[in-house]
Amino acid sequence: MKRVNLLESDTDFIEELDSADFIGGFRGCFTCGTCTAGCPVHRANKDYNPLRIIRMLVLGLKEEILKGDIIWLCSDCYTCQENCPMGVKITDIINHLKNLATREKNIPLGVSTQEKLLKDQGKIYIIDDFDNKKRAKVGLPSLPAMVEEAKVLLKKG
Amino acid sequence: MKYSLFLGCTIPARSRNYELSARAIASRLDLEFIDIEEFSCCGFPLEASDEMGAILLGARNLCLAEEKGLDICALCSACTSMLTKTAYHLNNNQNLREQINKELSKIGKEYKGTINVRHFARILLENIGLERIRKEIKQDLKGLKVATHYGCHYLKPSYIYEGFDDPQYPITLELILEAVGVTNIQYRRKKDCCGGPVLLSDEAVALTVAQEKLKYVKEAGTDCMNLVCPFCSLMFDANQKGIEAQFGSEFNIPVLYLSQIIGLAMGFSRKELGLNLNSVSTKELTAKLEV
Repeated sequence: MKRVNLLESDTDFIEELDSADFIGGFRGCFTCGTCTAGCPVHRANKDYNPLRIIRMLVLGLKEEILKGDIIWLCSDCYTCQENCPMGVKITDIINHLKNLATREKNIPLGVSTQEKLLKDQGKIYIIDDFDNKKRAKVGLPSLPAMVEEAKVLLKKG
Repeated sequence: MKYSLFLGCTIPARSRNYELSARAIASRLDLEFIDIEEFSCCGFPLEASDEMGAILLGARNLCLAEEKGLDICALCSACTSMLTKTAYHLNNNQNLREQINKELSKIGKEYKGTINVRHFARILLENIGLERIRKEIKQDLKGLKVATHYGCHYLKPSYIYEGFDDPQYPITLELILEAVGVTNIQYRRKKDCCGGPVLLSDEAVALTVAQEKLKYVKEAGTDCMNLVCPFCSLMFDANQKGIEAQFGSEFNIPVLYLSQIIGLAMGFSRKELGLNLNSVSTKELTAKLEV
């Protein structure tokens, strides 16, 4: 097992995240491991371990968290967060870490492709004439192909 | 009872069976859906890479429903969760609300916090009620054995859902099924995720998670699965053949939307419920019910 080098600890990172709205309070974690015990992704891939992510965060191992692939395996199912006896918002925290990793250009191709589609179209799937014909055939109302205003909003925002 | 119908991205493009059956049963229950063409994506797919963008998209959708003065009925669990979470954060964080409203003002909108977001199933249970649903039952489902998959975002994160159901021991979907004459089947790992959200970053992990669940459903001995989210349906229905091939297993489990099962009990035809659009054949199932 790799030794943790605490000289790499980024204490500003810990402070900043632990006092942030919606995700603060993770230093209450007492390493019981309930999060990992219930995690369906952990059963499929033992490298994924929510307890480890929270401990890395508590130790301020910013680079290691944000440059690795592991946070991207979280399925956002909220099992760990609902089970945590200390109320650590594990899933919300990991989601925020994904955002920080994205800013460092660490984002899986599938996720960035989806983001681009969304920002170009305002929805994931364009509803074209063919779709609307299929919809009309079974009596469903037609829908516009894209949502222009959503595109505008995301470009400005 | 009137709601604005929030379809999201996946349902109108890929899950017309869900939309068809939901609209069909709603028409019997005096539940009126108003379609708002300007609705965009809920914002959920942006949450991992651009959380502010996700909230902004969610907030714009909420504004559109506010302008009509209608609560939102969402069919997809991810949409329900994203829109509910957006409203929760905007209602509980003044700074965020000001920031979002500043952006929204560029398109002439303002979030006011005047409407609620509800999943279709929650409306059936809380607003329509089981008594009313029972009155529309015309077809005996003969104790059809159904394994319910609640999925994640229908129930979680629980802090946004004001105590609706219990994420540890959920019962709401099974209460509805019981009322329409179904036998609810219990199985291992019932509360687990479908794996869908990992599909974009690691397909192998996503399919393994889904496979595990299909395995336990099969072991329990069921006629079909019941679910309320198009992502879960993608994993268990559309991907079922692929999972069978990859893991060398055989499931052949029909996967129905809650609205399709209720629709069968209400006496709708296969076509009216889009049962011919499900990936895993539902023919044997409906033949057994003589539909």
